[in-house]
Amino acid sequence: MNKKPRSLIRIIIPVVLTLVTIALIVWPMLAGGQYVVLDPKGPIGASQRDLIVISTILCAVIIVPVLILSAVIVWRYRDKPDNKAAYEPNWSHSTKAEAIWWTVPIIIIGLLAIVTVRYTYDLEPSKPLAHEKAPITIQVSSLDWKWLFMYPEQGIATVNTLNIPADRPVKFELTADSPMNSFWIPQLGGQIYTMSGMAMTLYLQADHEGKYWGSGANFTGEHFGEMRFDVNATSDEEFDNWVAEVKQSSQELTTEGYKALAEPGTSNVAYYSAFPEGLFQNIVTKYVVDGQSAHSKHGTSNEAAGAIQSATDKSNQDEDKSAN
Amino acid sequence: MLERLKEFASEFFVTGDPLIYGADVAIGITMITIVTVLTYFKKWGWLWRNWLTTVDHKKIGIMYIIASIIMLFRGGVDALMMRLQLAMPNMDFLHPEHYNQVFTTHGTIMILFMAMPFMFGLFNVIVPLQIGARDVAFPFLNALSFWLFFLGAMLFNLSFVIGGSPDAGWLSYPPLSELSHSPGVGQNFYIWGIQISGIGSLATGINFLVTIIKMRAPGMKWMKMPMFTWSVFSTCIIILFAFPILTVTLALLFLDRFAGAHFFTLDLGGNPMMYINLIWMWGHPEVYIVVLPAFGVFSEIVSTFSRKKLFGYKSMVFAMLIISFLSFFTWAHHFFTMGSGADVNAFFAVTTMLIAIPTGVKIFNWLFTMYRGRIRMATPMMWTLAFIPCFIVGGMTGVLLSVAPADFQFHNSYFLIAHFHQVLIGGVVFGYFAGLYYWWPKMFGFQLEEKLGKWAFWTWNIGFYVCFMPQYAVGLMGMTRRLSTYGWDTGWWELNFVSTIGAFLMGVGFLFQVAQIADGIRKYKTLKASADPWDGRTLEWSIPSPAPEYNFAVTPRGDDIDEWWEEKERRAKGIYPPEQPLEPIHMPKNSSIPFIMSVFWFVAGFGFVFGWLWMAILGLAGVGICMIARSFSYDTDYYIPVDEIKRTEASLRGSV
Repeated sequence: MNKKPRSLIRIIIPVVLTLVTIALIVWPMLAGGQYVVLDPKGPIGASQRDLIVISTILCAVIIVPVLILSAVIVWRYRDKPDNKAAYEPNWSHSTKAEAIWWTVPIIIIGLLAIVTVRYTYDLEPSKPLAHEKAPITIQVSSLDWKWLFMYPEQGIATVNTLNIPADRPVKFELTADSPMNSFWIPQLGGQIYTMSGMAMTLYLQADHEGKYWGSGANFTGEHFGEMRFDVNATSDEEFDNWVAEVKQSSQELTTEGYKALAEPGTSNVAYYSAFPEGLFQNIVTKYVVDGQSAHSKHGTSNEAAGAIQSATDKSNQDEDKSAN
Repeated sequence: MLERLKEFASEFFVTGDPLIYGADVAIGITMITIVTVLTYFKKWGWLWRNWLTTVDHKKIGIMYIIASIIMLFRGGVDALMMRLQLAMPNMDFLHPEHYNQVFTTHGTIMILFMAMPFMFGLFNVIVPLQIGARDVAFPFLNALSFWLFFLGAMLFNLSFVIGGSPDAGWLSYPPLSELSHSPGVGQNFYIWGIQISGIGSLATGINFLVTIIKMRAPGMKWMKMPMFTWSVFSTCIIILFAFPILTVTLALLFLDRFAGAHFFTLDLGGNPMMYINLIWMWGHPEVYIVVLPAFGVFSEIVSTFSRKKLFGYKSMVFAMLIISFLSFFTWAHHFFTMGSGADVNAFFAVTTMLIAIPTGVKIFNWLFTMYRGRIRMATPMMWTLAFIPCFIVGGMTGVLLSVAPADFQFHNSYFLIAHFHQVLIGGVVFGYFAGLYYWWPKMFGFQLEEKLGKWAFWTWNIGFYVCFMPQYAVGLMGMTRRLSTYGWDTGWWELNFVSTIGAFLMGVGFLFQVAQIADGIRKYKTLKASADPWDGRTLEWSIPSPAPEYNFAVTPRGDDIDEWWEEKERRAKGIYPPEQPLEPIHMPKNSSIPFIMSVFWFVAGFGFVFGWLWMAILGLAGVGICMIARSFSYDTDYYIPVDEIKRTEASLRGSV
């Protein structure tokens, strides 16, 4: 008599717990936030989203059946006196079965490897994007603990805010004057490290106008959590207006001003009507000892390597000048 | 004079944080209690003779496990502090600097001072018993390894109250860990804590390789070894090749900091990227070091609790050896975003994916061990069954991360955090818990009550999913790791809040385990375990629980993979092995040198941490003297006479 309600409880408790767990996990996933990685606004982000979807499906093909199989096996062969399922304590080898589960993962991983390798070459960050408009170049330097954006073509600079024209490729040249950080705008595409003593290249593009989240993804010390910036993608016209406005209403970033900015500390959003010429190259070549090259071949296209080479030459010229 | 002393003290001791003062008081009270209890019950001699100087692998294993559970507590408190800080936006519970210290110590402690010693504890207790040996190959070295680990861990933990904790992340990337960015002593504690315990880890790896190669019972050919022993063997191979890399890397970092070298600095030709490569050449194999033994534990448990032979023994062995080989060719997947170019990224993406193949095969073999078996739901088996789906999903997200261009979006985000916690908790922690529950009766001679164990199991598991599933999601929302706080505008708080609930549930699970153990100790007389409480299959279950100090009264044979199971079947048919005469047993003598020598290492490490050369030299001189003393001591072994063996066996067998 006593047995029945007990066994009922034994079923109810796990069911309730499972439902609570699922609710706890699912509710916040639906509330509030925006899945920026899965909601790309540019071609690179879109390709990466596609790749995430493809690889998830390929994995799911194997793991979903395995998960179901696990549950079935555990249920079917549980140790109950009235369990009539077969029991073969010495059955421990089957060449055919093992051949299957060596082969299936090999095929799945093989497929995934092919997809991955193709995308790895396609999405190499320093590869220019095909587009009718020429890319705009923006130089990025991560400092302790703020982002400096330089627009060499426009001659302006900003801190902790980034404006780009939409529907036009952006060529980011990236370096750091601080420990290694990582430049990440999830809705436009994946991140890349910013490293002292070298220049990286990353092409991104915003297809739509809008405001996107950007941040420094790699730990760089005390206030690294405050290294976030908004990316404002606007029409060409609005971008030009914005540039003009910055030129008119802001102060210049001087060499001394940069030195102060590069000191460890946080910073508000700031705009500069001009910045010292060759600042980016000077940051990249800061640690170059005479007669040595920077780590110029490290991970950048030949183009970027060339840029550093010319930057090195340039800084040498600068030194010559100051010597004179 | 007084002023200078005050100034020194304020730098020497960590001051200014009420949390730390609270911890200081707690540590003080605990210390005083321990000393009082030991003195009151006159247990100092017992502690020294039976534990501090022991070379018995079983006792050393128990000490490893106790130490690792204390470290699990400390690392767990760190985790809960972080989760509390992240529960709501703009929290002011931990200052960023303090938060950085907390995640640094959490990671370092959990991998190096929790997972590693837990694993070594299981090696120590079980491997000699499984292969029918009387001890490990080098018992003295084994004791030394333990004490080096323990005092290294203590040195690291000392930074909490003296000098300040490291705060450059658990792998201490330069230049953040260089003098230029971390001028304090915290990084020195990190380097020396790991260096000293690292010597112990390497020695243990060598010790168990030799033990497994040379000391197997007669008849135990390579392909007759129990699967746990195979997993230890594969892991020790990785240790042998990976740990020297760690030692060299940290030594170079120390030279940078201490002697003004420029290996990893930004200036004068140093290259921080070199450090990142080197540390991951150790760091990636390291995660396979800790997970392979867990695979071994699961293999033993699945087979025992399904009452069935392990399926696909050969596949299992080859899968593990393939994993230990491949583990050395995947390190660069930790920094696909460093821009090494498509060639490099493609290579490391593919090698990483390849690991999924042998791992998948292992999962299939476990499933088919249960297929046509009879599955008993005791706690060790429950942890194993929880591991399987958890690891399948965690492995899958790992494969997703290995897709290099997609990793550009996952890297450094909470998606990554969720992934590695899923494989490390779901794989390693669940595995070691399963192993602890499985071999508990063999270690201590009594059973733990299942009821509290099941409470612990469910709170741990539910807590795990509630904690980490939201983290995958919040990663896809762009939340990056190591953020000490975030704003309301991010839309991350719901997920973070739930994740914190889950973390505390896991904390409750841990408390249930502590209660379960305390309850077991209180009632141990009524819970006495038989020699073979689970109806086991391998040799460790053929001897009494707990095992006598000499393990096997007569050397067993190991002709079958499941030797003890076969033996039981033979006995059921009335076939008994011929009675073998007892012979005096050759045993190693206890030694105080491992403990003393490790204390000298601690002194030397402390001297290096503060740059006090006199103290470092003093410590190293002590180490040297201990080595000389050992090499001139010839009285290192003894024989247990036959009478004593007879008495011991009679009392042990009689009581079960």
